[in-house]
Amino acid sequence: MSDPIQLLVSGLASGAIYALAAIGFTLLWQSAQTINFAQGEFVMLPAFLVLAAMRAGAPFWLAAIVGVLLSVALLGLAFKRLLVDPMLRHGVLPLAIATMALSVAMKESVKTFFSAEAQPFPSIAPSGSVSIFGASVSLQSLGVFGIGIVAVAALSLFLERTSTGRQMQAAAQNPMVARIIGVPVERMILLAFVINAALAALASLLVTPLYLAKFSAGEALGQAAFIAAIVGGFNQVRGAIVGGLAIGVLDNFAAAYVSTEYRAAVPLALLIAVILFRPQGLVGRAEERSV
Amino acid sequence: MRTFLAASLALATATFAAPAIAQDIQIADVAELSGGGATVGTNWKNGIDLAVEEINAAGGVLGRKIVVTHADSQSNPGVARAQVQKALDSNPYVLLGPGYSGSVKATAPLAADAGVTQIMGGEAAELTQMGDKFLFRTSFGQQSTMPKVAKYMAEDMKAKTVAVVWVNNDFGKGGRESIEKALKERGVEIVADVSTEPGQVDFAADVAKVKAANPDAAFVYLNEDESARILKELTRQNVTTPLMGETTLVGQKVIELAGDAANGARAHVGLTTDAPIEAVRAFRDRFVKKYNYVPDHNGLKGYLAVQMVKAASEKMGKIDPKGVADALHGLTIKASDDPSILMDVTFDENGDIDREGFLVEVVDGKQVVKQVLPKLH
Repeated sequence: MSDPIQLLVSGLASGAIYALAAIGFTLLWQSAQTINFAQGEFVMLPAFLVLAAMRAGAPFWLAAIVGVLLSVALLGLAFKRLLVDPMLRHGVLPLAIATMALSVAMKESVKTFFSAEAQPFPSIAPSGSVSIFGASVSLQSLGVFGIGIVAVAALSLFLERTSTGRQMQAAAQNPMVARIIGVPVERMILLAFVINAALAALASLLVTPLYLAKFSAGEALGQAAFIAAIVGGFNQVRGAIVGGLAIGVLDNFAAAYVSTEYRAAVPLALLIAVILFRPQGLVGRAEERSV
Repeated sequence: MRTFLAASLALATATFAAPAIAQDIQIADVAELSGGGATVGTNWKNGIDLAVEEINAAGGVLGRKIVVTHADSQSNPGVARAQVQKALDSNPYVLLGPGYSGSVKATAPLAADAGVTQIMGGEAAELTQMGDKFLFRTSFGQQSTMPKVAKYMAEDMKAKTVAVVWVNNDFGKGGRESIEKALKERGVEIVADVSTEPGQVDFAADVAKVKAANPDAAFVYLNEDESARILKELTRQNVTTPLMGETTLVGQKVIELAGDAANGARAHVGLTTDAPIEAVRAFRDRFVKKYNYVPDHNGLKGYLAVQMVKAASEKMGKIDPKGVADALHGLTIKASDDPSILMDVTFDENGDIDREGFLVEVVDGKQVVKQVLPKLH
């Protein structure tokens, strides 16, 4: 029988990564009704930007900073201005399809510039392990989980406790009223895209040492994050956190106690159950629409 | 007008009187150039290109140049089948690849129907047991490697209990079947049978299963990227169980990706550029000079596939697509006669290979050959 504590901690570490990516889904949906099907590739690309900077001679810490800044510029500002703004006026569906095309373009570009082979990536968490309740838990797992949770907590505090954060929420909930009371809605939406890009870059730095840098690395991650966002609640940041951690832990326990062949089916079964019985997600808010 | 006629006549005479210009030898390669097997396919392709370049520079095969075309199977048997059909439509002299056993299984009937010899990289035991007279290996099949691995685990590693971690594709299923049979014959107990998925990224649960079974040794049989990921996870979970593999576990790319986590892993390898053989080392130097990285066994396999075509053609003394398979069956090529084949090799009637093998361990990020296993016949 595998050690449940081991599985729990590993699952939480994976779940924290899913949560970081899942928050992106909720942020972009709330702020700009954008469903970004390239979210997995948004986590894949920053690692390659870091590797490009390292190939140019930069040490890892500098390359990581350059990678995050470039990610914010490309996946935040450029994505918003060059793809979302022109497409959104045509509706949600054309935009969603455009993000699918973007996902393919990103994968093929990375394949062209870096080859289709996996690349090693340095870890920002230390090696070694500690004993928790008799289970040997790696510092890397704890580091990934810790950094992920701190990032999510900081974002929550920012949204709840700062003036800018509250303006972002106002812009997301009712842009028209927000505009009337003087909230710079456009700037708030842009900020949501920038935060999404920064979180994706952070997830990339955390996950790539484990999953390796590869053009296809975002596929599984994007799917897990999408399921996490729906399971948790698409309209709540805290929903993405709950969903991410739940999927991470569930996936590990399913692989250990059900079967490896069906591990991918278990989160999907949960997704179906949530859609059937609690469509707003585990901690989401029910929304009503009128015509 | 007279000048024009004279010129036309001269041109016509020159055209008909000129000796027939020997046609190039067309070889088609279908390999895993993207997807999960990109490391396999890229090394295989580069090995092929190096061999073709060297053979052509030395005057070609029986005076004819080799021209090779590469197609990407995307590591997908369905795509591989479509690409092989496309390649066969152009009537190649020989088909090279694919490298993945599942893709070989899906494409071998097409090549056999067309009567085209297929020289491939797959290692699943069943591939050469289907009665296909046109299929040839470039490395050992699992039926010949796994008994050696089981012997080493039982006798040298003194393992009484073993965990078997395998990937759920044709390559992994064949390996699992062969190793479990070989281990049981030696009285070794399988205490954990861990199936993983192709392309899997998270190995926490699989490693937890191995850890919980507490075996004397673990046999890890996954593709390259997954091997690197599980080695990292084994280190993360502080698992100190001795690890044994077959070729992929200690491949150059795996060592590069896994870093320190690969140290201590042992494996049987049919081909390694760290082999204590002068010709292999020289091949490695030429490959590194051209591509700027050290190839894994797939680079050697691709290189040798082309050398097999050359040797078979020279045996026939002609370029005859229908005769290549017959020429290869039962053929022994000695490195002393043809140094480009690197090591003495014999092909049997099933297309299986007999050659020296090696038991290696990863020490400080490098393969170190611990034992050389002699050629059987």
